[in-house]
Amino acid sequence: MIEIDLEKEGVRGVNSRLHSLPKDTNERHWLIKNPMGQHAIACGLDAPLTVEIGGHAGFYCGGMNKQAEILVHGHVGPGVAENMMSGIVRVAGNASQSAGATGNGGLLVIKGDAASRCGISMKGIDIVVGGSVGHMSAFMAQRGHLVVCGDAGEALGDSIYEARLYVRGKVDNLGADCIEKKMTDHHLAKLARLLDKAEIKANPKDFRRFGSARKLYNFNIDHADAY
Amino acid sequence: MDPNTPRTTPRKSATFDDYTLSEIRRAATTGIYDIRGAGAKRKLPHFDDLLFLGASISRYPLEGYREKCGTNVVLGSRFAKKPIELKIPITIAGMSFGSLSAQAKEALGNGATLAGTSTTTGDGGMTPEERGHSKTLVYQYLPSRYGMNPDDLRRADAIEVVVGQGAKPGGGGMLLGQKISDRVAQMRCLPKGIDQRSACRHPDWTGPDDLEIKLHELREITNWEKPIYIKVGGARPYYDTALAVKSGADVVVVDGMQGGTAATQEVFIEHVGQPTLACIRPAVQALQDLGMHRKVQLIVSGGIRNGADVAKALALGADAVSIGTAALVALGDNDPHLEEEYQKLGTTAGAYDDWHEGRDPAGITTQDPELAKRLDPQLAGRRLANYLKVMTLEAQTIARACGKNHVHNLEPEDLVALTVEAAAMAQVPLAGTSWIPGKSGY
Repeated sequence: MIEIDLEKEGVRGVNSRLHSLPKDTNERHWLIKNPMGQHAIACGLDAPLTVEIGGHAGFYCGGMNKQAEILVHGHVGPGVAENMMSGIVRVAGNASQSAGATGNGGLLVIKGDAASRCGISMKGIDIVVGGSVGHMSAFMAQRGHLVVCGDAGEALGDSIYEARLYVRGKVDNLGADCIEKKMTDHHLAKLARLLDKAEIKANPKDFRRFGSARKLYNFNIDHADAY
Repeated sequence: MDPNTPRTTPRKSATFDDYTLSEIRRAATTGIYDIRGAGAKRKLPHFDDLLFLGASISRYPLEGYREKCGTNVVLGSRFAKKPIELKIPITIAGMSFGSLSAQAKEALGNGATLAGTSTTTGDGGMTPEERGHSKTLVYQYLPSRYGMNPDDLRRADAIEVVVGQGAKPGGGGMLLGQKISDRVAQMRCLPKGIDQRSACRHPDWTGPDDLEIKLHELREITNWEKPIYIKVGGARPYYDTALAVKSGADVVVVDGMQGGTAATQEVFIEHVGQPTLACIRPAVQALQDLGMHRKVQLIVSGGIRNGADVAKALALGADAVSIGTAALVALGDNDPHLEEEYQKLGTTAGAYDDWHEGRDPAGITTQDPELAKRLDPQLAGRRLANYLKVMTLEAQTIARACGKNHVHNLEPEDLVALTVEAAAMAQVPLAGTSWIPGKSGY
């Protein structure tokens, strides 16, 4: 493992080194020391690296990640793994708002809690939260899966498209056009795979599934009061 | 009543005019607000209300067609390692694939490249057609983030963070189900045929402090090479420009209410935002107050039609302008030779604005493959290039007449206003006086 000190090299120095690695590098395992809650750490990676961040990170940690596995040994600020394309981002602690926003692919694991708007506008990413999520989570979620092992705040899945939501705890209330749906064997199997990949122990049968009623996909004046 | 008794001539209400009456009937029948494309159609204070003074004794003109008058512009010189240099100060505004056909996007790229300027993606991502045909391509980073990916960020020549649009400041995008074809659905990760209503605000930042961090992330991902524009609708141009500068923009784009849109509510288009003319001086003032005028470049858009509009915007302090609706007309939209087909759609050439319906007979604002095939991207691109060159020549002609060897040397002192409103908005004197409303004379 190669150690790199963010306090000495700065975010630009750290990201430059990670971005400039040749595709066939053997230097695949990195530890970023002293992250000090800085923003945009390890964003824009595009290689099969393992990058460990030895502490708390600020905004947009692992943003737009492709291929890399990023492990944060602390908490993260807003927009962790935003617009991720592939790879894995694992957060040992809690995440602030908009975790995994607009993510297209890959897996985001938050061992602790996530704040509001977790998975907002998600477009194919899988997000597994060990704790609870705040209000407006999965707002306008288009594709992918959001798994919440704790509780979900208000307006879960508001204006949801085709994303699938699984919640083990209580849901404060559902947003516009979001409904509870039947959990089939297919869904149980998918959920089990996600939990397994996230390395979170939970029984899929304890979860409920939520998704779109698809009533608001085309404008109808009689549905205007749904918003 | 005696038939010979004189009768008062029937008079229609100015308030309830024919258009208003038809809109009430339409709303009552359909139960939905009117949705359309294009920009504000009612008469607004505009560049036509300004005049150039030209040179006489107090100013010395340059020879038209003989003495050089520069038109190049550098955008993004504040932070970007690779600023953009364009031959002309007229760019093509962001218009999405989805709203426009692939052929239209290709034509815009062709035309802009021929004329030495940039074109811009839109809500829906970057297509190979437009990247392939655009020498300089600005990649819009929108609230919806449809089709957004880091590869395209790195493929772009500049990034435009869209906060607002002149036709609908505070509103999100709209693309009705008719235009969500297989390809559009795939690009936007949406089911085919739904009414796509995209977000009005970005999902992962909420104010100027967050935006500053967002720009930092975008710069980190793109190695600090690309200029970053911030585009705002013309609502509060002084404060929005100042906050865009504070957030770290290389370029600020201010889009006035005559700016176009693919589709949004009529009530939004006509009743939200400020005219373009009213937006320029406050935006320039913000830059000047911060000591950033000409360091952070200003692009103005919204209803720019000809070289006079370009010259006036530059004289008021802009570094460049951007065109959208005018570019579509140059490609062939609303052309009279299609009148018969426009009539079948219940409209007429010059008034067709149902771009959201996807039935554009010109093949531009459509996803219907048969209609889209009507547009020849080479020919349409050539038309756009011609138009851009004419606008540039016109602006140069005016600049020379004002004694300027570069269009950026035009200044407010070269202008007067025909109306009190225009004088107040543009902060130039009313013609024949030294009076600038809100300021004392000189």
